[in-house]
Amino acid sequence: MRSQTRKRFEHGESEYQPIEGQIVWIDDHTDDDKLFVIDLPDGVALDHEPGQFVQLFVPGVGEAPFSIASSPTNEGPFELCIRAVGNVTNAIHDMEAGDVVGIRGPYGQGFDVDAIAGEDLLFIAGGIGLAPLRSVINYALDRPGEFGELTTLYGCTEPAEQLFPEELDSWAGSDVMDYRETVDEVPEDQAWDGNIGVITSLIPPLEFDPESTVALVCGPPVMYRFVIKALREKGLADDRIYLSLERNMHCGRGLCGHCQLNELYVCLDGPVFHYPTVRDKEEAEV
Amino acid sequence: MKVIDRSDFTALIEELIASDPREVVGVQESGEQYVFDRLESAEQLALEHDLTALSPKKYVMPQRETLLTYEQTDDDYEMRAEADPTGHIVVGVHPYDLAAINQLDKIFIDTLQDEPYRRKREHSVLIGVTMQDVADTCFAASMGTATIDSGYDLMVTDLGDRFAVDIGTFEGDQLLESVPTRNASAEEVERVAEIKADLEDAFDRELAFPPAALPTLLEASYDDMDFWEDYAEQCLSCGTCNVVCPTCFCFSVDMIRDLEGDSGRQERRWDGCLLEDFATVAQGENFREEVAQRHRHRFMRKGWYIYERYGDIACVGCGRCTRHCVAGVADPCEVYNELREGQHA
Repeated sequence: MRSQTRKRFEHGESEYQPIEGQIVWIDDHTDDDKLFVIDLPDGVALDHEPGQFVQLFVPGVGEAPFSIASSPTNEGPFELCIRAVGNVTNAIHDMEAGDVVGIRGPYGQGFDVDAIAGEDLLFIAGGIGLAPLRSVINYALDRPGEFGELTTLYGCTEPAEQLFPEELDSWAGSDVMDYRETVDEVPEDQAWDGNIGVITSLIPPLEFDPESTVALVCGPPVMYRFVIKALREKGLADDRIYLSLERNMHCGRGLCGHCQLNELYVCLDGPVFHYPTVRDKEEAEV
Repeated sequence: MKVIDRSDFTALIEELIASDPREVVGVQESGEQYVFDRLESAEQLALEHDLTALSPKKYVMPQRETLLTYEQTDDDYEMRAEADPTGHIVVGVHPYDLAAINQLDKIFIDTLQDEPYRRKREHSVLIGVTMQDVADTCFAASMGTATIDSGYDLMVTDLGDRFAVDIGTFEGDQLLESVPTRNASAEEVERVAEIKADLEDAFDRELAFPPAALPTLLEASYDDMDFWEDYAEQCLSCGTCNVVCPTCFCFSVDMIRDLEGDSGRQERRWDGCLLEDFATVAQGENFREEVAQRHRHRFMRKGWYIYERYGDIACVGCGRCTRHCVAGVADPCEVYNELREGQHA
């Protein structure tokens, strides 16, 4: 756990001071989603844990929180997968490689990789929820032998919404990970020969040992309750489930209150929560 | 405890106004209410006030405050965090407001080290005053904040032609150096104690149980939606109760772009959990969509959540929310008493 007590800053400095990040590469994923590869000055590492987030500052537009999509095992620049849905995200979608943004963080609690070491990992991602999970999926893939069997379930509304298509192909062809995907529907202009149905439809056919499996889940709010129900039906105990939750962090530091979830602050106590911590909290919507 | 003649206290304030680089602010009348505002003269001070519209929180956590400035230089941006150290000398702070600032200190300085807050707070001087008049909406005695033993630089008690002065800090002690003071007599010390003791009976409102029982009571009442909906039916979600509260500190962060050139600043401004979009995320999901949920959150936060995290009940009983709520549903004393009554019915 990261300590809440941070260093005292020098004259004029504060934790609101961003580091200058330079966009070094932009990859179009879907009509609305782009992957931004961001380098920090002197190639310094972001030094994050899988599942943590940063506050990204776009000069003249504003600041917003984004989960880090890359694994800390991937040295050098880090990656953010951003969907254009508001002022900040639309503005960054208009930016080009070479442009400068401000970065604060990393913030929050990520996936506790020590607690899940040695376990079989079942990743369950819905839509853009794949971005935060990718940081821990790739972490596990980059550390062979540290975890047991790896399984990833990925559900999207439609085929055109799939993120990281090249990685999905490599996961699908991989013998180190069981990768399964589904879409809710297939519009006439899109091709798809895989499973059709909501993400929970992928869970009953799975064969996994509930005694040695840990589920890591991230997706839209509506998804959690149903996924957890399906996992419970497979015999998975609540304390073997981890969730990454979304809230609108403004400060990232447990002050502004926007991300408060009952008595918890998602920016300090999350965004990744052990399910038993939030199970009985109405505002978690899980 | 020291004693200072009223005329010398006035001279001290005048001297601070004239020579201290910091702005001297104090309680004064403004129309039909009392406010904290810049003092032009010590004569403006209204130390006998019952309650100010806003608390002195505004001097350590302003309604708008710059966190960061940015400026385009050639092809690059320079981004600089700002931590404005502008402190104030604040005169006439009631004990419950001092208690509220003590709570904010614990969170903003001791725990989360918020630099803009720390710099303002550490450059400020707080001169408290023992309550002489009690607002009809105030229940500070029940919350243990009608009097206070620390958290001020100086604490004055009106004894007619003179003030008893309790010195809280070294800086407070230094302030007194330029004016004549003498040690308080045993009689004067006793008189101050009497005034404070008499205050206990001066409140129209009281919490019917010790505030220490609040976290448990609220936890048990969380799912009583009938109760919260009943109250929330009249709530206008205007956020006034949040804005006037001395212990509320939630904020939003806005970008302010200069009209000319590629420069501007990022500001934080007071925000409130009663406002409809407060818990909304990027794609429109709102985690506290119903008024009743927001209304409940406010009371839970005051009496349970902050206690859970920091050990303080985040209500000092000032009664500002009660006074300013046009719907008449913001009174924590009434809400908590009703909850308690319902639980024991």
